[in-house]
Amino acid sequence: MIVSIASGKGGTGKTSIAVNIAVSLGRDVQLLDCDVEEPNAHLLIHPKIIREEQIYSLVPSINENLCDHCGKCAEFCSYNAIFVTPKEVLVFKELCHGCGGCILVCPKGAITEGKHKIGKLSLGYADGIEIVYGELEVGEPMATPLIREVKRHIDKSKNVILDAPPGASCPMIETVKNSDFCILVTEPTPFGLHDLKVAVQVLEDMKIPLGVVVNRAGIGDKKVYEYCRKKDIPILLEIPYQRRIAELYSRGVPFSLEMPDWRGKFKTLFNEVRVLAGK
Amino acid sequence: MRVCVSATANSLDAPVDPRFGRCPYFIIVDLETMRFEAVPNMASGAIGGAGIQAAQIVASKGVKVVITGNVGPNAFQALSAAGIKIVTGAYGTVREAIEKYKRGELREISSPTVGGHFGMGMGRGRGLRRWW
Amino acid sequence: MKQIKQITVLSGKGGTGKTTLTAAFAALAKDAIVADCDVDAPDLHMLLHPKIIERQEFKGSKLAVINENKCIKCGLCREKCRFDAITEELKVDPFSCEGCGVCAIVCPANAITLTERISGHAYISKTRFGFMVHAMLKPGEANSGKLVTLVKQNAKMLAEKENIPLIIVDGPPGIGCPVIASIANVDVGLVISEPTMSGIHDLKRAILLLRHFDIPPLVCINMYDINRDNAEKILDFCKENNIEVAGKIPFDRKVIEAMTNGKTIIEYSPESNVAKEVREIWRKICNILDIAGNRQRG
Repeated sequence: MIVSIASGKGGTGKTSIAVNIAVSLGRDVQLLDCDVEEPNAHLLIHPKIIREEQIYSLVPSINENLCDHCGKCAEFCSYNAIFVTPKEVLVFKELCHGCGGCILVCPKGAITEGKHKIGKLSLGYADGIEIVYGELEVGEPMATPLIREVKRHIDKSKNVILDAPPGASCPMIETVKNSDFCILVTEPTPFGLHDLKVAVQVLEDMKIPLGVVVNRAGIGDKKVYEYCRKKDIPILLEIPYQRRIAELYSRGVPFSLEMPDWRGKFKTLFNEVRVLAGK
Repeated sequence: MRVCVSATANSLDAPVDPRFGRCPYFIIVDLETMRFEAVPNMASGAIGGAGIQAAQIVASKGVKVVITGNVGPNAFQALSAAGIKIVTGAYGTVREAIEKYKRGELREISSPTVGGHFGMGMGRGRGLRRWW
Repeated sequence: MKQIKQITVLSGKGGTGKTTLTAAFAALAKDAIVADCDVDAPDLHMLLHPKIIERQEFKGSKLAVINENKCIKCGLCREKCRFDAITEELKVDPFSCEGCGVCAIVCPANAITLTERISGHAYISKTRFGFMVHAMLKPGEANSGKLVTLVKQNAKMLAEKENIPLIIVDGPPGIGCPVIASIANVDVGLVISEPTMSGIHDLKRAILLLRHFDIPPLVCINMYDINRDNAEKILDFCKENNIEVAGKIPFDRKVIEAMTNGKTIIEYSPESNVAKEVREIWRKICNILDIAGNRQRG
């Protein structure tokens, strides 16, 4: 089963919850940290890294010997990433989306694919948990190609947990795509509720079943609960705002390791998700 | 020689638009005869790489000099590759800017005058204050 | 024309308090435009309550459309699509389509066209503190970076037109294209950090991002007293790297209360330690940006 953990708002506790679920399940678990701009799961789970890979995207490379500067590649490019003069061709790598269209339209076969480094992928283990995470190269604008690469390591024979980035645009969508279920983590505040609604809309459009975990319950107001009730969204778990939990997180410790009552709660949460997802 | 001035409207009396990539019109002028052509800038609505697309439009018109307010890094790179000189700091009407250029009052630049508006990978800020 | 100064409030990590702080700065700034560049999950409007004056359509990338009548089901489009945007049933997945146009040119039956889609809206509004520019991406749409660029362009044009010397930008979380677009051409990047292990990690990446684009960094530690050891680590890091620290804000539940009441902390609890520290931080920022400071009434 593939479960993604997302939120609209940043900082609601996605990573903390993803890690705590993984740690509570303990075995046959794969944790994929898809927040490649700011990966944090490995800071809570401290894996032994066994493999690192440089990840590249493909950008056009022009063979000036074959090129006759006809300009068809620049004309085709939807992203204005190619500029053609009578003497040379410029490729603006950071605008290129890697669609491969320029290669197809070049009448002289003068374009091939070159590599452009976009980030790093790391694979490791912590007890029974396999963790895979990506780190986007600083200054590289697009996260989605790296997220796709992280997801290529999904092992369907295991319980797969995907830690998504915040927000509701392309990086989040790429992460939650094809999940069996998505857990949305929110906090009971006006910002939390507003952003939750955006994320719910996306998941409904993508037809992915969802449930909510309310983190830092007790701060703010009750409107999140009213919203979930009205929309018939199951509230799978409530984690109260407690100094101990916040303090353990700040030290980089998954709180269910030091507060064992929570292990059972996270296991129950996961089983409930299994039922709701029809798995 | 043909020069191009970025403008807000389609005549020689139109005000100069300081943004090369996103101005509404390019006024292409033959310096000897002062005959001109107003080319709508199809790049102004581009979702990204407007400067590059604008440079492609201007290069295809046989322009030798671009007269404008500011040029970002992508447009700078593209225009330079095409062998087009770039003169910035222009203001007033298109006609006035050309007169200033003819009198040598506008300077040719050797690097972009602003960071990329698009901000994808080439957005270098002006760095007015640094602490390192 | 006098130079317009710009500051972006960013964090790397989500939830550190960017929006809360930006709203407080809006309350303190004498003459500024506020730009909410968190376009997929904007929250600033819940504290500033903008009245919309102008609304613009934002057309992001195009979307491939397959004409079922012409389609011969050869599947070439699916084979050539680099973004897995054509399903097994040969339908376009709008969440994955990046509008590149490859499917349209390879289709032997000419059955595919690219259409423009409205991906969101940009707004110019007025609040009790002055102008605000913001936007909302339709849920699930891509190109947030481009919409952020539009918001910043609107802010710049408005500042020039109305002679306003300062733009305060509320940035999105992360370090990808929307963040890059939000920091382009600004004079200072104020990074709001939190004293947690994740917070420290993400702060470092945010600083690297600012350095990559030559934007001078400034750091502020929010909720610093939830872990004083980590707060010290952040201060040490800043010292080692010559990064100025604008201030340390204590944790206070009043911040949430203010949010729940739709107010900035400056209005809700002006005598609190948080408000005092934020005023001090704002004063420092004004000095650094070399602009006139606070409003008459804090």
